Amino acid sequence: MRAGSTSAACVALLRRDLVLTWRRRGDALNPLLFAIIVVALFPFALGPEADTLARIAAGTIFVAVLLAMLLSLDALFRSDLEDGSLEQLVLSPHPLALLLGCKVLVHWLTTALPLIAVAPLLAQLLHLPESVLPVLLIALALATPLLSLIGAVCVALTVGMRRSGMLLTLLVLPLIVPALIFGAGACNAAQAGFAYTAPLLWLGAWLALALILAPLAAAAALKISLT
Amino acid sequence: MTHSPESEPAPLLQARALAYARNDEPIFGALEFALHPGEIVLIEGDNGSGKTTLLKLLSGLLEPTNGEVLLHGAPLTTARLSHQVALLGHLLGLKLELSTLENLRFAIGLGGLRSGITPQLALASVGLEGYEDQPLRTLSAGQRKRVALARLLLVPAALWLLDEPYANLDREGIELVNRLLDNHARRGGAALITSHGAYAFTSGTPRRIALRPGTGNTEHGTGAPAA
Repeated sequence: MRAGSTSAACVALLRRDLVLTWRRRGDALNPLLFAIIVVALFPFALGPEADTLARIAAGTIFVAVLLAMLLSLDALFRSDLEDGSLEQLVLSPHPLALLLGCKVLVHWLTTALPLIAVAPLLAQLLHLPESVLPVLLIALALATPLLSLIGAVCVALTVGMRRSGMLLTLLVLPLIVPALIFGAGACNAAQAGFAYTAPLLWLGAWLALALILAPLAAAAALKISLT
Repeated sequence: MTHSPESEPAPLLQARALAYARNDEPIFGALEFALHPGEIVLIEGDNGSGKTTLLKLLSGLLEPTNGEVLLHGAPLTTARLSHQVALLGHLLGLKLELSTLENLRFAIGLGGLRSGITPQLALASVGLEGYEDQPLRTLSAGQRKRVALARLLLVPAALWLLDEPYANLDREGIELVNRLLDNHARRGGAALITSHGAYAFTSGTPRRIALRPGTGNTEHGTGAPAA
């Protein structure tokens, strides 16, 4: 009799969720298309002047990316709840927080990473100065996992309800506003020639905290939701 | 309550004064029963009498309002469930986008593997030879149920909690479930299965526990555990 190790369980879960995302890749592309469309519409609305666009570029990209991620958040545990996989996860002998952490990692890999990958393209569309681009990418790399983690806690709380989409948005938005302020703030500071490391370090600190606490909170919330 | 001498090992699963109420409305009254290795117990009750709720209590997904569940003589916590309980609910916990083999491999990763069996063997023993690479979406409801039964064979759980295992199955499938239960009992495992009575457990004379709303349980049949 071979009792599966926790690392084997995490690998199995990561592989399954990545395969599932690949098989549903049409759905997985939605957030990416959403962000590109939103950003592409701004020059039409504001006019093509490079100066105007450059001033709003970082903030616009940040908002578009965060909203795009919010779109996909509701589905984080939904399908697992509907087909009973979530019960099997909860009943598995491995720490639920760790398994949920794996699911959050897959969410970030499949939603945020493509968004970060197209961020340089979006920056070009809005004439973001080239010197600010690295700051934008670092800020996104710190803020997007934060959103995945905070979002997972909120999704875990609301997954037991029907039509929880609106409630989820209301719960998540206030919690990610600081990430938006500091992330976009770092880009704006870099653009204006000021020091920008402090807001990035704040984001990093929050991310470190969320990495440890959010999976535990999500596991506790999920157990409440399931009862 | 059955009073057991000191020499006799603690039952695999024991319910003591187990009661559950939803919104102060009692679903079922105080239940007293013990399940020993090698026993198959059938829980009978009408629709809405709390059969599924009982299985969720016994698996640790729900907290009882009163009383306690003992696993090997110690109180049940999800952490202690490790590799001991396998739940097959109304929701099978299988992914439609994955093939039967991929679904089973994930279950093994999560729950471990019983010695002396492979996913292919398990599929063959539930009559699904040749369906290894079929996506679950293309299988019928009964065939999906058989895949879930194959999962039970693979994971090293001594206690099976089966919610309506006969639903969706043809006559041959019902015989298959009975055969699997028989083999499981002979290996020293135990199973608790629910049924609303329309399908008969044919082999042997299983103990029956009848659930009546708001009251305790009544036991029929031979309750003597095979020591």
